Amino acid sequence: MIDTSTVATHPLFGRLTLESFPYHEPIVVATFVAVVLGGIALVAALSYFRLWGYLWKEWFTTVDHKRIGIMYMVLGLIMLLRGFADAIMMRLQQAMAFGGSEGYLNAHHYDQIFTAHGVIMIFFVAMPFVTGLMNYVVPLQIGARDVSFPFLNNFSFWMTVGGAVLIMVSLFVGEFARTGWLAYPPLSNIAYSPETGVDYYIWALQIAGVGTTLSGINLICTIVKMRAPGMTMMKMPVFTWTSLCTNVLIVASFPILTATLVLLSLDRYVGTNFFTNDLGGSPMMYVNLIWIWGHPEVYILILPVFGIFSEVTSTFSGKKLFGYTSMVYATVVITILSYLVWLHHFFTMGSGASVNSFFGITTMIISIPTGAKIFNWLFTMYRGRIRFELPMMWTVAFMLTFVVGGMTGVLLAVPPADFVLHNSLFLIAHFHNVIIGGVLFGLFAGIYYWWPKAFGFRLDPFWGKVSFWCWVIGFWVAFMPLYVLGLMGVTRRLRVFEDPSLQIWFQIAAVGAVLIAAGIGAFLLQIAVSVWKRRELVDRTGDPWDGRTLEWATSSPPPDYNFAFTPMIHDNDAWWDMKKRGYKRPLGGYKAIHMPSNSGTGVILAGISVVLGFALVWYIWWLAAVSFVALLAAAIHHTFNYHRDFHIPADVVVRTENERTRLLSGQV
Amino acid sequence: MTRFRALALLPLMAVLSGCNLVVMSPSGDVASQQANLITISTLLMLLIIIPVMVLTVLFAWRYRQSNNTAQYDPDWDHSTQLELVIWAAPLLIIICLGALTWMATHLLDPYRPLDRIAAGRPVPADTKMLDVNVVALDWKWLFIYPEYGIATVNEVAAPVDRPIRFNITSSTVMNSFYIPALAGQIYAMAGMETKLHAVINEPGSYKGFSANYSGAGFSHMRFTFHGLAADGFDKWVADIKAGGGKLDRDGYLQLERPSENEPVRRYGAVDSGLFKAIVGMCVEPGKMCMHDMMAIDAKGGLGLAGIDNVMPLMHDKLSRRGTAVLGPVPVYVAGICSTEELTGRAVESSLGVLNAPADESPMSGPISGAGLPRSSITPISASAPAFGPRLTANP
Repeated sequence: MIDTSTVATHPLFGRLTLESFPYHEPIVVATFVAVVLGGIALVAALSYFRLWGYLWKEWFTTVDHKRIGIMYMVLGLIMLLRGFADAIMMRLQQAMAFGGSEGYLNAHHYDQIFTAHGVIMIFFVAMPFVTGLMNYVVPLQIGARDVSFPFLNNFSFWMTVGGAVLIMVSLFVGEFARTGWLAYPPLSNIAYSPETGVDYYIWALQIAGVGTTLSGINLICTIVKMRAPGMTMMKMPVFTWTSLCTNVLIVASFPILTATLVLLSLDRYVGTNFFTNDLGGSPMMYVNLIWIWGHPEVYILILPVFGIFSEVTSTFSGKKLFGYTSMVYATVVITILSYLVWLHHFFTMGSGASVNSFFGITTMIISIPTGAKIFNWLFTMYRGRIRFELPMMWTVAFMLTFVVGGMTGVLLAVPPADFVLHNSLFLIAHFHNVIIGGVLFGLFAGIYYWWPKAFGFRLDPFWGKVSFWCWVIGFWVAFMPLYVLGLMGVTRRLRVFEDPSLQIWFQIAAVGAVLIAAGIGAFLLQIAVSVWKRRELVDRTGDPWDGRTLEWATSSPPPDYNFAFTPMIHDNDAWWDMKKRGYKRPLGGYKAIHMPSNSGTGVILAGISVVLGFALVWYIWWLAAVSFVALLAAAIHHTFNYHRDFHIPADVVVRTENERTRLLSGQV
Repeated sequence: MTRFRALALLPLMAVLSGCNLVVMSPSGDVASQQANLITISTLLMLLIIIPVMVLTVLFAWRYRQSNNTAQYDPDWDHSTQLELVIWAAPLLIIICLGALTWMATHLLDPYRPLDRIAAGRPVPADTKMLDVNVVALDWKWLFIYPEYGIATVNEVAAPVDRPIRFNITSSTVMNSFYIPALAGQIYAMAGMETKLHAVINEPGSYKGFSANYSGAGFSHMRFTFHGLAADGFDKWVADIKAGGGKLDRDGYLQLERPSENEPVRRYGAVDSGLFKAIVGMCVEPGKMCMHDMMAIDAKGGLGLAGIDNVMPLMHDKLSRRGTAVLGPVPVYVAGICSTEELTGRAVESSLGVLNAPADESPMSGPISGAGLPRSSITPISASAPAFGPRLTANP
């Protein structure tokens, strides 16, 4: 006889007790100590150098899309370190746990790690990186001064941070979900996961999801309404096009995720039966819903990156992009088709052969526009003058890596083949092949490409090349063994193994993970070295790569207002066209520029949201109520804030532009 | 750039030097066809992948900046013929692959009874399909042979060249039933039954496991599949029968509690209605089966009256079950008795027989559901506690 009235909640602390702190897990305790020491050092340094005011005024409360973009990138980088720590722990565990050895992680810990790895890498690494680049680049590429809703942009960013914070809290207070990154019920339902893990999962994603959705709306509005005169849809740079499609996908798919998680939380909190086994619930419904969001999510990540590759290939080949129109249509086709393939994630659920065939074939059809894109990049290189700078190196590495991932992806779309490969390490190898070999390589290409724009100096090429080779070789060494293991019939998420002949492959994969770690290390070192040598690497022109699109028309870093005069567009390579026609930068006639004001409300709202999420995770009802009311109050209070805009005086604009004139003429 | 392509080939070469790629060289006809499909699809796609990779390397090398002999054509960005080719080439491959997919998916549909036991060997007319009922438990596998009335845990066997039909369900969370050497996998889900048809062609012992993460004991959720010659299989069955032991409902309720690293168990006899009850999620006495519930719902349901027909969940089958904090105590739908029983109990109730339910276990005797439309007796919802006693968690 089991006591079913299990959840004893303290009126003050909810279900939070001393036992909720994982002080008996040495790895977690060591991490906690390191984080606390690091945190203290950081706080001390910021206080010592009196940077708090600067950070608050210039960064945290900023509504400048460029600074928000950079903060997204910083968030992505920090979370990459956490997500990668999870990855290397998994690799180590799987390389060790043979021949009766349990490895060094118990099931309770290991199962949290692989869940956290997936959630963090998708939601808090890939998404912030992608959103960050779009935020930074899109307004510059379309000749706008900011996004449509600058405050909303700040709020969106801080909500994303809020979700990340809640996930990080789960490391030290309570536990994270032990369900896999999509938290399939019935395992994730209260019956089989009564602890706090899934609640952290739900509220972290809900909070971050608000940010993602709003940022999607914001960027759609920006692209649709704020393009410079003359920039018709078919004159937009390809990165802007892919960003538009991505944000359409975000706006259309994230509400599904939100609704699905709401239903799951109703199951967990109020005892409804949407996804339970009995009383009419259907876990299969959850699996469908989550993938109706989840598959477009894949394209949310890859489409902007396709845009980056288009910009990079064209710029570094010194050539117009081949087949602009077909590139745009390919993107649009992918956007639409990405909603028609979700079932391929669970052919093995027992749908009929016709249903499975339908979704298998729609999946394969996506490879046609994707293939067309690859050919377009290929023929952009054809008869070009290719400069193998870092962004181009990543692009070529991408083309050679991604096609393999694409091929295994189409293979997995053949339902009978999927029956033997589903959930195997072959699948893991496939999606890392496209997410690392596609999204991540593309993000690196983008970071190297636009870094000089954002900071006014290039990144050091030597450490960049070290990082590049470590990453690329590390990727192949880490994931090719997983393809082999998948064909040996090894499934995912296993913690211990019996067959000793598998061990060598896991050990090779672990070596690959170490190489990738070296790649990440070299990247961080590269940033440090580049900051140190920034005077050597400086770019005064604002156009270090002989660029083609509008962001290269302004200075590096661009002034707060981006462009003193809104440019007129005549060609889809607007800046290239301007250069070709002998464009002369206007040197006078500057006017005051209308700009949005900073606001701290975004930080405050997101902070309260984190508290609300924490209270809901731990059943601290009074705190949930208080923070919910506070959330509404702060939001309403913000509506009475009438100090929303200001003008940059004309003389400031004149000074800024004269400084640029001086730099351009080389008088430094 | 060619360096890491060479690296990519390294594992492939190592593979050729011989490690056990069970997915590509299985021992059952269905899995063999699936492996062939993988090979054909891969070759088909390589038709376009290899040229793309070669062209990438070629163009990257030929049009490098330092090569001044290569043609430079900065404004060349369009060629209708070339664009037709780059859309048509993948399209053609996908048309072929799509047709192949449509046929193979229907041919290898796990629900479709086999029509051959190997290439060129149709199923003989007198062959009887072997039914094996599979239940994914936390964290072990139960196999029931309805034909032989035996059951096993973490061990399953089948005679070589005899078509098998697996009827698969789960007691709690989702798992995936997978024997790589035999055939592809299919999910095991509670309250549902999935099917998998397969045949083993070579005798031997093969690994089987769950291919869908299902909780803490997942890594150890393995079993052995024995492909046996016909007489070997008969002996295996006879040995189990001789070994005795019976799996009844109570035994099952014990067995399904979460446990890890379970040894092989064998039961010489099994409750014949057990699998149906597991699929219906009504092994616990007094609980209404899914198929009954669905039959009632198909006729329009009980309407509001049905709300009263849920029983408090007094015995939880799983110690780890949690409770929605703001919701009602978990309930399940109680079985519905016949009108005669209902009437009988109504009379007893009016006589006060059931007015002291504390010592009356709800497990014993039929449990009647309140709220059913009845013609002959007065509504009893006022005295509902007598019929559907709202038992406390710890009676």
